[in-house]
Amino acid sequence: MSELSAPIVTRAPAPRVGARAVTQDPALARHVLIGVAVAFLALFLFAPLAVVFTEAFAKGAAKFAETFEDPDAQAAILLTLLTASIAVPANLVFGLAAAWSIAKFSFPGKTLLITLIDLPFSVSPVVSGLVYMLVFGTQGLFGGWLNAHGIQIVFATPAIVLATIFVTFPFVARELIPLMQEQGTVEEEAALTLGASGLKTFLTVTLPNVKWGLLYGVLLCNARAMGEFGAVSVVSGHIRGLTNTIPLQVEILYNEYNNVAAFALAVLLASLALVTLGFKSLLEWRHADELAGRGRH
Amino acid sequence: MRDAAAIDGAQGFAIGVEGVQQDFGAFPALQNVTLDIAPGELVALLGPSGSGKTTLLRVIAGLNTPNRGRVLFNGEDATNLRVQDRRVGFVFQNYALFKHMTVSDNIAYGLRVRPWRERPSRADIKARVQELLSFVQLEGLDKRYPAQLSGGQRQRVALARALAIEPRVLLLDEPFGALDARVRKDLRRWLREVHKRTRLTTVFVTHDQDEAMELADRVVVLNEGRIEQIGTPEELYDKPASPFVISFVGEAVALPVKVANGHVIFGGREIHIDTGGLRNGAARVFFRPADIVIAENGVGELEGRVENLRRTPSGVRATIAIDGYDQMLEIDSSIEDAATLGDRVPLSLARAKIFPAEAPEVVDFADAGEGI
Repeated sequence: MSELSAPIVTRAPAPRVGARAVTQDPALARHVLIGVAVAFLALFLFAPLAVVFTEAFAKGAAKFAETFEDPDAQAAILLTLLTASIAVPANLVFGLAAAWSIAKFSFPGKTLLITLIDLPFSVSPVVSGLVYMLVFGTQGLFGGWLNAHGIQIVFATPAIVLATIFVTFPFVARELIPLMQEQGTVEEEAALTLGASGLKTFLTVTLPNVKWGLLYGVLLCNARAMGEFGAVSVVSGHIRGLTNTIPLQVEILYNEYNNVAAFALAVLLASLALVTLGFKSLLEWRHADELAGRGRH
Repeated sequence: MRDAAAIDGAQGFAIGVEGVQQDFGAFPALQNVTLDIAPGELVALLGPSGSGKTTLLRVIAGLNTPNRGRVLFNGEDATNLRVQDRRVGFVFQNYALFKHMTVSDNIAYGLRVRPWRERPSRADIKARVQELLSFVQLEGLDKRYPAQLSGGQRQRVALARALAIEPRVLLLDEPFGALDARVRKDLRRWLREVHKRTRLTTVFVTHDQDEAMELADRVVVLNEGRIEQIGTPEELYDKPASPFVISFVGEAVALPVKVANGHVIFGGREIHIDTGGLRNGAARVFFRPADIVIAENGVGELEGRVENLRRTPSGVRATIAIDGYDQMLEIDSSIEDAATLGDRVPLSLARAKIFPAEAPEVVDFADAGEGI
């Protein structure tokens, strides 16, 4: 745990004998606070992560690998990738458009739009799923029409994608709105006076200025899109090999007391999170020069 | 264009502003503003914050569309011309440099975003950037990012970037606002030189009257969205058109007086200045600290009590409470004169302006040349 506490204390000024800076708390308080933080992280973050990995490999690497040969597991992985590959680009575009219009323009209904963007966060995912059932289900609003035209939405991939898009919508927009608001429009105006068209201004000034926030939003959005359980669970119908995403498959396997397989798939999800975080750190490290002197990330 | 002539031989446009009205909601930021600027002129827009000076600059640039009125470039209506097509070099208040681009990319931006038919070749752009870098004396800093530059250097990059597109008009919004006093002075002199070399029609916004007076050929004084006066620095000092101008441009003291049958009365004594044709009633006499002198014969138009004496580089500044006037005023005097100052001093006005007590529509006034 020593590497954990290291970042917290490295910047503390060297204590002088018999004196301490006004901003420095007594040693006892510091140790207690650091101890509490470390204990909390250990209990709620690292222990569960460790358990996931140990359970997955409890019966050896061979058993672990076997999980991924199961066609149902493979189908779940593919479906999860497909869902994320549609939901993330869609929310990248929606989020960017929403943040751009909110931050750079003023129009009636702006406050309402900001509130609506938060809706997927404030509503329980299960409710979001149920809403899709009520709209697209057989007994739902468009159910009759969809049925008559042979279009299946619920209990199939389209509903899973739609529910995922809904639930992950706020990530990109919420990351970008404060950033864009803080930056204002002055650089865009400068680009316009220099002769750049609106599109060129967006591509060469607006977008590069928010690329780090955008990247962060996309990473969070992706993690949630792959890990979403509640809303997807309601609309998927849990058809093995067809409409199960990784999280749903994990639940089924766990309920069948197939711990190794359940945790093996969980390892896949957890690794994904670790890889995205690692990727973000790597990018930040490589572009440290450009990031110098900026307020964020 | 890729030679030195691009900087030295530019032709500035004449700028015309005709009856411009700009409202922000219910707030009128500019009211019926009319202004003519000759090619190659260096003009300052001077006024307190909220006077509409930046709005006027943005209207000229095309960043704001006026609700009424026209903007002319060389006599041609440019009101509906897009910002991109106006070829204005605009230097923003906080420079608005592109944070994610190096200095040279910032300067090259205006050339690189041109449609490919009009875009100079890579080599030409590079040469032009080098030329501008040496013009603004920033050679060797081309690989830096804006965050790695000082305020003065950023200012120069912003100017180089604006000049890169060979503008017809150079507009600067509070160009020295964010800099410390010493850098301001250097950059002021430098901007004068830039203007001398480019001969561009240059308009800059400032709230600092010293800056406006020192730099500009003509100064436009704005207040509450209206032009109070347009004139050379001399005209503004010597013939202020309104109480606002005399108070805003340089220090001024206002005495509440009465006009009675061609006489100006303050505290029961007559002040010997021309009434400027004012009718009987309340009026205000404005004068500058330098215009008040200690009466030689011991009998003044005003009398005051010396509250404080302070040395200045050139003499003594006295704080005096004038009888019957509830504010202190400060006058400068020589060290020799100050030595003779007692508790009470008789004062007389060498020069003053008189305005009606209410803000007038048209002011007719004259110098009160011979006070005593």
